[in-house]
Amino acid sequence: MTDAEELRSRTRDLLAAHPPATTDRLEFLRARFDAGLAWVHYPQGLGGLGAPRSLQGVVDAELEAAGAPDNDPRRIGIGLGMAAPTILKYGTEEQKRRFLRPLWTGEEVWCQLFSEPGAGSDLAALGTRAVREGGGDGGGAWVVNGQKVWTSSAHVARWAILIARTDPDVPKHRGITYFVCDMTDPGVEVRPLRQITGEAEFNEVFLTGVRIPDTRRLGEVGDGWRVAQTTLNNERVAIGGMALPREGGMIGPVAKAWRERPALRTHELHQRLLKLWVEAEVARFTGERLRQQLVAGQPGPEGAGMKLAFARLNQEISGLEVELLGEEGLLYDDWTMRRPELVDFTGRDAGYRYLRSKGNSIEGGTSEVLLNIVAERVLGLPAEPRTDKDVAWKDLAR
Amino acid sequence: MTDLLYSEEEDALRAAVRDLLTDHCAAAGVITRTESDAPHDRALWKSLTEGMGLAGLLVPEELGGQGASHREAAVVLEELGRAVAPVPYLTSAVVATEALLACGDDELLGQLASGRTIGALAVGLHTGPDADFQAVRVENGTLHGELTGIADAAVADVLLVPAADGGLYAVAADAVTLTPQLSLDLTRPLATVRLEGAPGRRLGDAGPAVRRALRAAAGLLASEQLGVADWALTETVRYLKERRQFNRPVGGFQALKHRLAQLWLETVNLRAAARAAADALATGEDTDVTVAVAQAYAAPVAVHAAEEALQLHGGIGMTWEHPVHLYLKRAKADSIAYGTAGAHREALAARVGLQAP
Repeated sequence: MTDAEELRSRTRDLLAAHPPATTDRLEFLRARFDAGLAWVHYPQGLGGLGAPRSLQGVVDAELEAAGAPDNDPRRIGIGLGMAAPTILKYGTEEQKRRFLRPLWTGEEVWCQLFSEPGAGSDLAALGTRAVREGGGDGGGAWVVNGQKVWTSSAHVARWAILIARTDPDVPKHRGITYFVCDMTDPGVEVRPLRQITGEAEFNEVFLTGVRIPDTRRLGEVGDGWRVAQTTLNNERVAIGGMALPREGGMIGPVAKAWRERPALRTHELHQRLLKLWVEAEVARFTGERLRQQLVAGQPGPEGAGMKLAFARLNQEISGLEVELLGEEGLLYDDWTMRRPELVDFTGRDAGYRYLRSKGNSIEGGTSEVLLNIVAERVLGLPAEPRTDKDVAWKDLAR
Repeated sequence: MTDLLYSEEEDALRAAVRDLLTDHCAAAGVITRTESDAPHDRALWKSLTEGMGLAGLLVPEELGGQGASHREAAVVLEELGRAVAPVPYLTSAVVATEALLACGDDELLGQLASGRTIGALAVGLHTGPDADFQAVRVENGTLHGELTGIADAAVADVLLVPAADGGLYAVAADAVTLTPQLSLDLTRPLATVRLEGAPGRRLGDAGPAVRRALRAAAGLLASEQLGVADWALTETVRYLKERRQFNRPVGGFQALKHRLAQLWLETVNLRAAARAAADALATGEDTDVTVAVAQAYAAPVAVHAAEEALQLHGGIGMTWEHPVHLYLKRAKADSIAYGTAGAHREALAARVGLQAP
């Protein structure tokens, strides 16, 4: 029912009714959501029009040309990329109405409470417990106790998506339930977790007697692992799928330094630079091909590989950059402990890029686990032995 | 940006070529043929060209071709690579054809497009688009000299010979002395071409024609290399699911799973690079850089895939009867053909402003 022309016309109506030049930013964003132009592939009434996802570009182009404000998507990436698709798929009507609008406008920031000190690659082994208040079966509330880690944006977040163990007597994948946790609850304590770059992009989150009403459960009790797959699949797409111009990634600053500072050049570095330049350009083609497949409605398994490729490339390229800089590579721009809202790869020096990119092969699934996933799900090779498959979570060795 | 997908027509073309090769280009036959006096498969060539019109993909319809583009030729080369098919497709339907397109020789183009005439550019297979190439002398209106490393010359009816006067000449194959060279890749054999007063017809200037032909060759070779790598990966995965040692499928060992996943990743990247090169050749946009990127990336991936296939097959991979050696030899020869990865990186350095110290 909705084609490009219709979207263009609706966008113009929005702009006419709320001229960006004279409209408050938040007011404009809310109006855009209510007009179904936030994410056009979402249902009507929830910021969309049930249109094909590929038509979002039509709306974005019109709005950009008119100088309309955006919702600063990089700042609210976890909400947009992970919480929203999960709420849309598993939330009740009431939950969708309550959460999606302020999530999209950025009024409410979201974070993700999944990983734990004892549950990294083996996320399903998580031990944070959620127990029904009063021990009853329906309604009421849950009381949550445990510790989460690697939580970016926890210190600015209003809400969190949380997975916790509700049944320790069944095998690990089956006893997990998915919740929306209020980060302002008095039992939630957020502590910055300083990392090798000097800053604290992530946090530890301690949950002590946190009370979550049953109305903030997403999906069925015990079905949290399946619900979390929606979240995690979207995370990997978000991490691997950024569009880049030539030299738009980490290779950019190295190529610039090479061109501007001939005194730094050596033959050995030249060979390595050219190899990495080629690999970066090919990775860009692969990303572009993946995007074209998605637009054409033929998503391939290639997405699983993109994150692997970018992690290795970022690390090798930034390592080369530090070396190229020679004496300057011995320095570091800033060790101050800060809590940034965004990861900024280009606004910092080479040493920061070198250190921060070490996390690229760990965050969102380690490269080792992703290689297993490719081998098993794409190539169909035999799965790793699963000794914990039929063992109740409480009986697993810890 | 470039279109990196396969169209429905391209998918259909691939299916048709694959069907033909499945029926008529089995590995055992290719191995037997390499030991015979006739390493090229003329019957297969006839089916591909007279039957399916594939020699004329790059030739306009009014000259008897199909009026298609490098995108379709790339799909054909993927399939030919997957079968290490011993046919002169790359050398005649791409390289010689591109040289003739540069010279505007309509009559010969029509003949090559039909497949009934096979052409070969008499430039060594190792020569990249930016390299110097050999030329023969012109004395009293005839051609004199010896050229080495000419791929598929053994089946060529006409040779396109660069001469020292700057011209490119068409020379009938029966006017030269052809000596086969014992080649690493027996499915794309080389020969020396000796000209002793051979008559030639001047087609045009050699420089631009040879460069254009070799650039197309380097770009589309990436698709052949993709076919080679794809076969190596697919066949190795299949075998490792079947092969059991230590009472379990060998493909279940994580050390091997990770190597195969890594190879898959390289193949996915190569597909994007090869499509980009084919599309850039078809549209003429950013062609030099895209071709150099594709060829700098493709050669090591195809070699890696073939080497992994051999190692992961274990002892059987080392035997003459198993086809993996055909792919290893093709991949290694391809890594030199039309310029090494290093030569293409050097060309890139100048084109994207990353000069050597």
